[in-house]
Amino acid sequence: MILSQRINIIAATILICGMACAAILIRTIDQAHASTAVQETLYISSPKLLKRLSLGYHGLFADIYWTRVVQYFGGVHSRGGGTYNLLWPLLNITTQLDPHLIPAYEFGGTFLSAKPPNGAGSPEQAIELVQYGIQNNPGDWHLYYDLAFIYYDLKDYRHSADAFLKGSQLPGAHPFLKIMAAQMAEHGGDIATARMMWTATYQTTHDDMIRANAAAHLRALQADEDVAMLEQLVQDYRVRTGRLPQTFSELISARMLRGIPLDPVGHPYELEDGRVFISDPQDLPFVQKGLRPGYIPSPVPKLMPAN
Amino acid sequence: MNSRILQIATNTFREAVRDRVLYNLIAFALLMSAAAVLVGQISIQIEKLVVINLGLTAVSLFGIVIAIFIGIGLVSKEIDKRTLYTVLSRPVRRWEFIAGKFFGLVGTLFVNTFFMAIGVFAALAYVSHHFERSDAWVLVALYFIVLQFVILTALALFFSSFSTPIFSAVFAFWLFVIGSFAGDLRNFAAMAHGITRWLATAAAYMVPNFSALNVISEVAHGQAVPVQLIVLNTAYTFVYAAAVLSGAVLIFERRNLK
Repeated sequence: MILSQRINIIAATILICGMACAAILIRTIDQAHASTAVQETLYISSPKLLKRLSLGYHGLFADIYWTRVVQYFGGVHSRGGGTYNLLWPLLNITTQLDPHLIPAYEFGGTFLSAKPPNGAGSPEQAIELVQYGIQNNPGDWHLYYDLAFIYYDLKDYRHSADAFLKGSQLPGAHPFLKIMAAQMAEHGGDIATARMMWTATYQTTHDDMIRANAAAHLRALQADEDVAMLEQLVQDYRVRTGRLPQTFSELISARMLRGIPLDPVGHPYELEDGRVFISDPQDLPFVQKGLRPGYIPSPVPKLMPAN
Repeated sequence: MNSRILQIATNTFREAVRDRVLYNLIAFALLMSAAAVLVGQISIQIEKLVVINLGLTAVSLFGIVIAIFIGIGLVSKEIDKRTLYTVLSRPVRRWEFIAGKFFGLVGTLFVNTFFMAIGVFAALAYVSHHFERSDAWVLVALYFIVLQFVILTALALFFSSFSTPIFSAVFAFWLFVIGSFAGDLRNFAAMAHGITRWLATAAAYMVPNFSALNVISEVAHGQAVPVQLIVLNTAYTFVYAAAVLSGAVLIFERRNLK
């Protein structure tokens, strides 16, 4: 083998091995720094300064920051949730750079107001963000819907109804808003209202995360209703027989149930001392009934696929 | 346009299109448009927005780089290679030389923009599968980008008429940056007092107003560009470029080329 061939082979080997080793090292570095504050750093926090630095290309900067919002939220969420300290400043910068970026308001309205670990738990900032969106996009009814939803979450049904009403008066608004305005004014705290709200969100959003969130709430509402209904059946059985059923089979034998009841994700409900429990509450992160005493929700919120 | 200007413009165009750097820059701009498709996929719900923003920004920035780096060498290169003396020894006036160089580079940039625009529209077609009526406003944004190139070419030529290529590039680039802050400069002038106000006002109106020529963000949202703005921007560009070119002619006419 001549010298030049040997050099070529050695160089090619070093190139391939070097790149492979570099890739392995990067993975190791990423794992070592996965929980550090790398993503918690915002070098420039002033939207005005960023707008000036963009030299007029602020639309592109807004897109970059919006992508960062999604990645930041997804990253914190997949690591088990947290404080989402950067969610508000990132969304603020994104919307100041491009005040017409509607998905940012919708995302912010949902996840700034959601309670930790599913969101930042800052409904005031969510309201501020969406109101800024309405100010800059007064003709978009979706933003009124988002605002109404935040107020609904805060159980401020008067403001929620007001936002629905204002949104319903816009040209092209979904007829659902007018119904919701009335429903909210009369039956704000009802489970039926909640189901209507989450169903509408599920059907109208284009964002997979928001849809998965809506689906999780709908499953939780269904489970809450199931538990209440099953516990009522248990009480009916007690009235009829004078004792509590030990298993669901006794209710089936008494023709009060057709089969073993399953929760919305397919796990069987459990019956103990006349109380109905959800067997795996981790799969139903927003459920309020059927939880065992002392149950502590996992810090990692489990949002299953929307379908 | 007289035949001598046309001849110089044609030669400038030919010379520019032979430059390999030009093709590299166009290739990078097209690559950015293609990358926009990928970036769009990780940006939830704003795929089309990313394609337009990133694509048009690439067209604009790479065109600006081409305008500056080819523009600054238009005169100095001719002096260094001593080809200028051959040209001026013929019945060609110095102002005709400047005008010919200007039109030649503007022509080059127009053709470049055309090819880069094809890349942007191809990426747009890939992402949205069909064009909408509002996509026509992207053409207006591209037209405004060409107007930016016209001003920058005039500026690069102006600096090239009396300065070295490096200084010309620095001056032209900084004028582009300052011109992007033209609105802020006018606001500052309005708030200032006394002599500062006069100086700031003069500076604000002397620097090119690039901010009004950037409508990328608006057209990305499908917003219409008012016809009045199109007319006024066109008029502004022609007036400003003519003024800067006149400055270049004034300097070049007096320059001692011996």
